[in-house]
Amino acid sequence: MSEARGRFRDSAGAAASSKYHWTVIVGVPLAAILFQVYVPRFFADLAYLELPLLVTVYFSLTFRSPMAGLLYGASVGLAQDSLARPQHPLGMYGIVKTLVGFFTAFVSQRFDVRSSSIRAILAFFFYFFHEFFYWVLSRALLGESVDFDPVRTLVRAALNGAVAAPLFLLLDKLKTTE
Amino acid sequence: MDFFLNRYRNLTALLVAILAQLGLLAYQIKSGEDVRLIRVWAVTAVTPLARFIEGGRGGLAHFLKNYFLLWNVQEENQRLKADLDRTEMENQYLRAQLSTADRATALAIFQKTSQSKTLAARVIGNTTDPNGRAVIVDRGAADGIQKGMAVIKPEGIVGKVIGVFPHAADVLLVTDPSFAAGVVSQKNRVHGTLKGQGQSTVIVDYIQNEETLEPGEWFLTSGDDLVFPRGILVGQATVVRPGKIRKEVYLTPSGTQSGLEDVLIVLDGVHGTITEAPLPNQPVHVLPPPDNDAAADSGADPRPAAGSQPAPQSVATDLDRSVEHYRAVGAAQNHKYGDKNSPAPNYNVTPDSPVRPPSPPPSSPPRP
Repeated sequence: MSEARGRFRDSAGAAASSKYHWTVIVGVPLAAILFQVYVPRFFADLAYLELPLLVTVYFSLTFRSPMAGLLYGASVGLAQDSLARPQHPLGMYGIVKTLVGFFTAFVSQRFDVRSSSIRAILAFFFYFFHEFFYWVLSRALLGESVDFDPVRTLVRAALNGAVAAPLFLLLDKLKTTE
Repeated sequence: MDFFLNRYRNLTALLVAILAQLGLLAYQIKSGEDVRLIRVWAVTAVTPLARFIEGGRGGLAHFLKNYFLLWNVQEENQRLKADLDRTEMENQYLRAQLSTADRATALAIFQKTSQSKTLAARVIGNTTDPNGRAVIVDRGAADGIQKGMAVIKPEGIVGKVIGVFPHAADVLLVTDPSFAAGVVSQKNRVHGTLKGQGQSTVIVDYIQNEETLEPGEWFLTSGDDLVFPRGILVGQATVVRPGKIRKEVYLTPSGTQSGLEDVLIVLDGVHGTITEAPLPNQPVHVLPPPDNDAAADSGADPRPAAGSQPAPQSVATDLDRSVEHYRAVGAAQNHKYGDKNSPAPNYNVTPDSPVRPPSPPPSSPPRP
């Protein structure tokens, strides 16, 4: 439990292993959720940032294991659900982030995802997927009449993608490569 | 079967994870019950950290505010010494004092003057769901907070408690789409239902087109919802227009306009009255009190004697002067107004002239 291991495939096709201390794997998503809880109170414009999602995407890309990705996504999503208002049932974010974690890890098994631009594009795509699927679940399971504005979601996805690139580089600094 | 599970191990795991969470969702939706334990754990885990961050931020903000305030006052003093006379400087100082009055002081004054029993709380975070407008406050079940309690500020209502944890509580804001409260307009007494719509403005629904309502009219809580005590400010109507079936009334909630940091949770609400008097935060022109010349002209002492009935605060009309005169006549003859057993005083003498004792009371009861 002291270390978790993820593997990146470099451009030449060789496998490089990456290790993270368990405090990073637990602390980073916790910090991301706290950011979402606390910071928009004072900087409302930053409410568009879905840091727990970006962290899920990053670690799922790093783990390169769909099983680990889905478990990580489910954990982050359920933690986010538990801090939502009581009318928001547990499992909404859990399901969406489970899918995001699974598919992100699935993509990372088949493509070289070390490039910042590729990772930003993945963050963009999965943000849109996350918001769209959350909207579908809200309507289908909860019967909520929530608006979905594709243009606004695309703009926010682009902003999250732009934030993801430097954020992922920063998180890369926390790993210890063998 | 084993081959299938091994071949599609990842997909099977995904299916199990999704189905498990769907089951959790179905249980919550079907039973209408929350998985409270998980929420309690999560909020309890986050609360100390959020308190620590909020404390640090508040301390830093207070220090910076004081530092820059002192810096500005020094500069301002130098400018005032050069440009303004002593009176203007004192005036400026008082204005600066007023403008920098601590919110907590204002809140404490409101809390003291309010009839309802309230508890001050500090907002320590937001909830995470994107569609909701809710905040977390640092008071919980340990402080006597219960689900359904109203949350207010001196400026107006803020929301209501929708979730209680040991040391924290979730507050649904008036701007949340699921929020509703009974309101009444101050001037025309039009009743309606306040509804949040996920934006900074809220709507007041169920007002018929035939009802009279003016833009700019203030709305207050009606007390019909059994959550908010009657007579608390809600907001001012910004848009009033006839709709297809009912009036479309948009309101700017006054409680959430100036930021949310400190709030009051109503532990025991007392319904107030709704008057047509101007609300406290509206500018009102007030004349200076009249001098005592008028009272001196009538020969009456404007100051009430010790133990006597309280005199009107100002003697401005002929009626006031007459009342003062007869009160003085009665006092000179030791007459106690309202006592049926004492004879009527002699009104033909002035208070300064010698008084002839009044005739004894008749044996038969006086005619009404």
